[in-house]
Amino acid sequence: MRRPEGTTSYLRATLHGMALTFRHLVRPHKVTLQYPEERPQLAPRWRGTHRMAVHADGRPKCVACGLCPTICPSNCIRLVPGEDDQGNRYPVVFEIDEFRCVFCGMCQEVCPVEAIHMGQDYENAEYTRERFIYDLDRLMAQDHPVTALWDPDDPASQ
Amino acid sequence: MSPTQPVSALGGIPFLVIMVVKVIVVFVSVITTVAFMTLLERWISAWIQDRLGPNRVGPKGLFQPLADGLKNFVKEETYPDQASRFYFVMAPMLSMIPAMITFAVIPFASPLPTPWGLVDMVVADLPIGILYILALTSLGVYGIVMAGWSSNNKYSLLGGMRASAQMVSYEVALGLALIPVFMLAGNVTLTGIISMQQQMHLWYAFPLGLAFFLFIVASFAECNRLPFDLPEAEQELVAGFHAEYSSMKFAMFMIAEYSNMLTASALMATLFLGGWDIPLWQGDNMWLGPAGIVGATPAWWKTLLTFGSFATKTAFFVFLFMWVRWTVPRFRYDQVMHLGWKVMLPTALAFIGLTGTSILVLDSLGVPYGLVYGLAMTAVNVVAMVAFFWILDRDRVIAGAEGYERRVRIAEAHARGMRVPPPVTQHAGD
Repeated sequence: MRRPEGTTSYLRATLHGMALTFRHLVRPHKVTLQYPEERPQLAPRWRGTHRMAVHADGRPKCVACGLCPTICPSNCIRLVPGEDDQGNRYPVVFEIDEFRCVFCGMCQEVCPVEAIHMGQDYENAEYTRERFIYDLDRLMAQDHPVTALWDPDDPASQ
Repeated sequence: MSPTQPVSALGGIPFLVIMVVKVIVVFVSVITTVAFMTLLERWISAWIQDRLGPNRVGPKGLFQPLADGLKNFVKEETYPDQASRFYFVMAPMLSMIPAMITFAVIPFASPLPTPWGLVDMVVADLPIGILYILALTSLGVYGIVMAGWSSNNKYSLLGGMRASAQMVSYEVALGLALIPVFMLAGNVTLTGIISMQQQMHLWYAFPLGLAFFLFIVASFAECNRLPFDLPEAEQELVAGFHAEYSSMKFAMFMIAEYSNMLTASALMATLFLGGWDIPLWQGDNMWLGPAGIVGATPAWWKTLLTFGSFATKTAFFVFLFMWVRWTVPRFRYDQVMHLGWKVMLPTALAFIGLTGTSILVLDSLGVPYGLVYGLAMTAVNVVAMVAFFWILDRDRVIAGAEGYERRVRIAEAHARGMRVPPPVTQHAGD
């Protein structure tokens, strides 16, 4: 089938291409983010590694109810509950394997006391694999901003 | 000794000193320019892709070539176990040395008057001029083929084979595209060609535009730059002929590629855009006659201005090389061969005939060599260019595989004694 020259001509296509690349060449807008100096603007519901909320006296807010390990789809939360003299439940062991985590955010949604949060943190490189299992102390020590939950009154987060 | 006499008349030690100074200055400038061309290439590729490009080393990334050079020196030299060591080491040298020394015959500014005499701004104004360049650029292919063969790697070998086939094919078109220039200038020295363009008051790009176009395309193929970079074809051949090279030997191939590009750009500027000639200004129209300088008086500021003119033209062609590289995709192998042998070669031959006829007609009409002569040639050339581009626009081989496949099917059917098969059934939405 013989198509019209306008759609098959190598010369014309090349000239169009040269014009296009030249427009981009002189265009002042560049997409590069100069990373360590410039940071990306994260969305309010952007989900990164976890953070455990802390009471004013330094205790974790977690009441070891067991909802987050139950709902976790990737089974990455290990929780061993304990009880003190007054009958308050607290986590004896609370570990999150960040390698297994799929960052769905369901633990944060299900938490009745707003203790476990997803956080806005992405600089989490480590030298060993063991360091990716975050224990309770580490989760409490995290200080990056926490992820906002989905608001039904503002579905598009505006 | 009068300051308008060429310094070559001095002879002896002063001449030797001036030549050594010129060689060192030109060599260092070429090497430095090549280093910064690698940076420019990365900038242009980045800008075309809406990125920023190198900007970390020094102000605005200007010291990037130094960092690259340092890195290349301290990297490990690797020798493939099965490689032929002698040729493996020879190949980068054979690539780089011809690429570096071709610049010697290119005049880069108008003659400079000094107290010792007139210094022409060219390392060696050889009487064979452009033939020297053609001879040396064809040596460049040996380095590439040798690298491909001695690496003992099938991809390198394929790259080397492609390089040899491609460079030999396009050398023919390159040489033939230059014949009209020689015919019009009546000279093969580059200084002679520049002075003839000044005497015509018209750059040869106008009367010989078709040859100019063919020369640009053939230069792209000779420099192995996209769309003719089949010898290194990253997607198919890893890196082609230099896949096994590391550290400074790899850098030598890069220096060879970029200095080839620089020489080709300078050559295009010299042959077709008047070299160091400044357009629309008569003050720089000077050339060496048998009895010293003819035309305008040389001056140091004219040397500077004309050098600026030469550098601008060369930089434009270097930019064109890079601009095309980051726009046009690679040709298929059969397209390269088709373009070289069935398009470029006949066109170059036809244009030689056309130019020869025009020169003969104009000479027998008694038109003196000058602006009118050039304009008459320009008119003929415009007709030739329109015809050439009209045909090339309808050429199906570089347009896409479809027309080519149909022609192959027809040829095969003929060979089997069958009738021509019906056209391919149209697909829905085709």
